[in-house]
Amino acid sequence: MDAKTKLKLKKTLSHICLIIASFFFIIPFIWMVSTSLKPITQVFSYPPEWMPKPFQWSNYLDAMEYIPFFTYLNNTVVITLLSTLGVVLTCPLVAYSFAKLEWKGRNVIFFITIAVMMIPGQVTMIPLFLIFNKIGWVGTSLPLIVPAFFGVPFYIFLLRQFFLGLPDMLRDAAKIDGASEFRIYWQIMLPLAKPAVLAVGLFQFMGSWTDFIGPLLYLTDETQYTLSLGLQQFQTQMGTEWGLMMAVSTMMTLPIILLFFFLQKTFIQGITFSGIK
Amino acid sequence: MAEVTKGTGVQKSIVAKKKKKYSTNSNLHGWLFASPWIIGLVVFFAFPLVASIYFSFTTYSILQPGEFVGLKNYQELFKDDLFWKSIYNTIYFTVLFVPLSIIFGVALAMMLNMKIKGMAIYRTIFFLPTLVPHVALAVLWMWLLNPGFGLVNGMLDMIGIQGPNWLGSEIWSKPSLILMSLWGIGQSVIIYLAGLGDIPEELYEAAEVDGANWWQKTRNVTLPLLTPVIFFNLVMGAIGAFQQFTLPYTMTQGQGTPANSLTFYVMHLYDNAFKFFQMGYASAMAWILFVIVMALTAVIFVTSNRWVHYQGK
Repeated sequence: MDAKTKLKLKKTLSHICLIIASFFFIIPFIWMVSTSLKPITQVFSYPPEWMPKPFQWSNYLDAMEYIPFFTYLNNTVVITLLSTLGVVLTCPLVAYSFAKLEWKGRNVIFFITIAVMMIPGQVTMIPLFLIFNKIGWVGTSLPLIVPAFFGVPFYIFLLRQFFLGLPDMLRDAAKIDGASEFRIYWQIMLPLAKPAVLAVGLFQFMGSWTDFIGPLLYLTDETQYTLSLGLQQFQTQMGTEWGLMMAVSTMMTLPIILLFFFLQKTFIQGITFSGIK
Repeated sequence: MAEVTKGTGVQKSIVAKKKKKYSTNSNLHGWLFASPWIIGLVVFFAFPLVASIYFSFTTYSILQPGEFVGLKNYQELFKDDLFWKSIYNTIYFTVLFVPLSIIFGVALAMMLNMKIKGMAIYRTIFFLPTLVPHVALAVLWMWLLNPGFGLVNGMLDMIGIQGPNWLGSEIWSKPSLILMSLWGIGQSVIIYLAGLGDIPEELYEAAEVDGANWWQKTRNVTLPLLTPVIFFNLVMGAIGAFQQFTLPYTMTQGQGTPANSLTFYVMHLYDNAFKFFQMGYASAMAWILFVIVMALTAVIFVTSNRWVHYQGK
């Protein structure tokens, strides 16, 4: 066997392995989409059927009427976009100061930041709830947005690793040219850190988009609910509206799939651990 | 993750002396740039942390100001059967899920790191489950695992196996949850992928020159160099597993059924805090969780010296 055939064989084998593995990962997803198009009578058919017969496109319209879909969508989009904006504005700035600026107390505060990552959210959950309750933010989406503007330790840590990998020479050169510290950050360092910032932004976007416990805690009024919370309404005492629920889930998932598909390369490059690159 | 400290002790002390006097200007900028986070640290972490310790010694509830009761909450907890049950469930889940997620995660990442066509599509497929909203994920799996009409037992049926009553049985409910959770390892796979991308190509070339086969390359290059990332995912995975909430909560509609076999620690905590408004009691629970997570992290950190290899060391 010559080298070329060998390589070809290897690639075919890899594809087969990947396809088999993908199969397991995609099944539940396909099932979700297929159910979203099934008439209710077919949902419980046994043995399970993959193909909706007939395709019940009306599930999508019905789902949007069953819950105030556009209100929830609007709430979800607002919370997700604003919290992502907060993270993207603040975390790189803080990470940059940890990685590239020299200041008294930097190492101590960075150490505390790492320690804070280990604290389970549940420890701070109750006092935070009480604080937000006291200042009248419970029942609004502010608790789900505002904290993002004050930094998230995990993201700060990831971004710091990235900034550490950028050469100091760039900074020095800009400094000699008389650029201010903020300008160096904004016009030189931040654009270079784009993949990492994108990664962090996407993490936050996904987390916020599908977040459940946050909205469950803080949103009290149904007009403020997010789609994640809205999904619960398809489960009632009378049973679950499978087709409708899956229709909403599909609509919630598709935009992020597209986002991930097109951004994944930058996304993966943006996460560095060694600090060498 | 490791910062390689350069130079000897003497050199370091010289550097330290040089750096001792930060210019007022750079101090100002540093603090200014970090100020949002320093405020966040105080408001969203430090203050709640201290408050939480205090609450744990009181009978605080939202409805009435608490009374200082010393260690009573903690004593009560140790008498609470559901507390112990939820710890057992949580540990059971963590001990099985975390190692499995690492094995599968690394294997998947290595497959997804090959240079072949269509990789963007494969990667997206493996990431799919993490994109599905958790509430839908929970409901979807409840249904896939339904003993009567679910897809899983339907498939087992085809090959002549009588599937178990998955989520309906006390014995199978936790393994079912582990199975479901494994489906969502995409996020850690992404992090492994990034780690794999950091491994210098030259090392593989050198190994190939030495005549290393696939397994030898994996064993001697990939895995050792991936250990810092495995370590990171291990710590994050353990912390995450201890905080298991959304999946079992939605699946059992907050009940932890059957027979509390799916009542996880945080669910019990959540119930005490936000259903029964026993904020003091729940704060004590949160602190016990904190101690457990800290101890676990410490154990992982201490043992990590033996198996985590950093490049350049």
